[in-house]
Amino acid sequence: MSSATRPALYSEAIRDRWRRPRYRGELPDATATAEDVNPLCGDRVRMQVRLDGDRVAAARFAGDSCAICTASADVLAELVEGRSRADATRLGATDVLGVLQADVRPTRMRCVTLPISVLGRALA
Amino acid sequence: MRLDEQTRRDFPILQRIVNGRPLVYLDSAASSQKPRTVIEAMTRYYETSHANVHRSIHTLGEEATELYELARDRVQRFIGAPAREEIVFTRGTTDALSIVAEAVGRTLKPGDEVLVTDLEHHSNLVPWQAAVRDRGARIRSVPLTGEGVLDLAAVDRLLTERTRVFAFAHVSNVLGTINPVADLAGRARRVGALSVVDGAQAVPHLSLDMSALGCDFYAFSAHKMLGPTGLGVLYGRRAVLEALEPARGGSEMIKEVWVDRATWNDLPWRFEPGTPPIAEAVGLTAAIEYLEKLGMDRVREHEQALAIQTVELLAAIPGVHVYGPRRERAAVVSFAVDGWHPHDVAAALDVEAIAVRAGHHCAQPLMRWCGVVGTTRASFSVYNSSEEVALLAHAVAALGAAP
Repeated sequence: MSSATRPALYSEAIRDRWRRPRYRGELPDATATAEDVNPLCGDRVRMQVRLDGDRVAAARFAGDSCAICTASADVLAELVEGRSRADATRLGATDVLGVLQADVRPTRMRCVTLPISVLGRALA
Repeated sequence: MRLDEQTRRDFPILQRIVNGRPLVYLDSAASSQKPRTVIEAMTRYYETSHANVHRSIHTLGEEATELYELARDRVQRFIGAPAREEIVFTRGTTDALSIVAEAVGRTLKPGDEVLVTDLEHHSNLVPWQAAVRDRGARIRSVPLTGEGVLDLAAVDRLLTERTRVFAFAHVSNVLGTINPVADLAGRARRVGALSVVDGAQAVPHLSLDMSALGCDFYAFSAHKMLGPTGLGVLYGRRAVLEALEPARGGSEMIKEVWVDRATWNDLPWRFEPGTPPIAEAVGLTAAIEYLEKLGMDRVREHEQALAIQTVELLAAIPGVHVYGPRRERAAVVSFAVDGWHPHDVAAALDVEAIAVRAGHHCAQPLMRWCGVVGTTRASFSVYNSSEEVALLAHAVAALGAAP
């Protein structure tokens, strides 16, 4: 099957976030940082946030991960900006998958949840 | 006749349709598929002969014991071990390596060293880390060089009178590198160290002779060599096994028990506590018979040809990088695709019913040497064909710039 007729592997949103992540990078004035690996594949994700009082003023991610995990981290960073700390920690896989407009198989669910658990640690 | 043409119809699972296409199973290094003879032998055992082994004085018990011990004889012959007492059944390669590490670990003293290599599977690293911990002993490791082969000059530098164990893989599960076992075991022997070989990726593919290899221990799994899951083998040179205190206790491994002490059973049962995987041993007998009928030289030739074809086709695709030795290699090929994470490659290939492995392959130190978090890996067995390799190469070439 040629690539022209091949159905896309992932949703448009996942593919777009993988190719052009908006929130990948360093946050030089970060107030909290956490990092973890996915034991299944060795993927590594770091989340950085800058807290302004109780509000998440900025968030960035870094690491080496697959398209789903990268897209999840990118969406998550976008979603938390401007939220209160309590509000940010309530974000879950459903919120991220909603933005990504994707269903993910159980074997790849950890790719979605890794950035969420890392963010939870950064905000803890 | 080509080997795959001869074998393919013996493997029922290869009839599977996945995502609307015939299955292309290129993940045998993780676990091979099973021929009908193995599946039927295990079913027949459960339907006609099952009972616990060794202490059941009735007809079924005797039949089960006979079948279980027959498997030991078949393994002994298959790997060229001098004596049946040297064949210990375990739960798998990881379990076999742990049994050695636990038992040898008890004899380690401050200053002792365990030498491993940078291409080991975690199963040949973590048990040794536990063995040296709290005993003042330490781990050292042989670095890699060139296309991903052991630095033999470093081996001589690192093997000293302090080295108690040299633990290394026969075949790398990532790079396909084939290590010179006889040479390495000889070097270990010269400094008085025990040699412990992880043979999980070698036994399914190579003709073996323990006497010629000259190692002290050799571990492997049934499920990677067309047999069932849940069973492994630990070959141990008799003199070494006899001197080793078993670290695990229970039934089967004892001679006499008091409430505060026990004496050990004879070899090999001394290292087999608990009811063993009996049906799995029956299945392993059938797997060995299947491989022997094909002939291991033919098996090796077939799989090596597939691996070399894979290396050549993949390396010719722009943006694809192949790891490991170009030619002298076993039946696994790891590769990377620019713009693609290994998991995404595997997911894309799965859409086309091509099953490959992606990730760190339980070899994270080696991943660091490669400079990646993971690779995509295709691996082969007796049922794979050059057409399947071509399908893989075609699918990889069609991946495009990014997911």
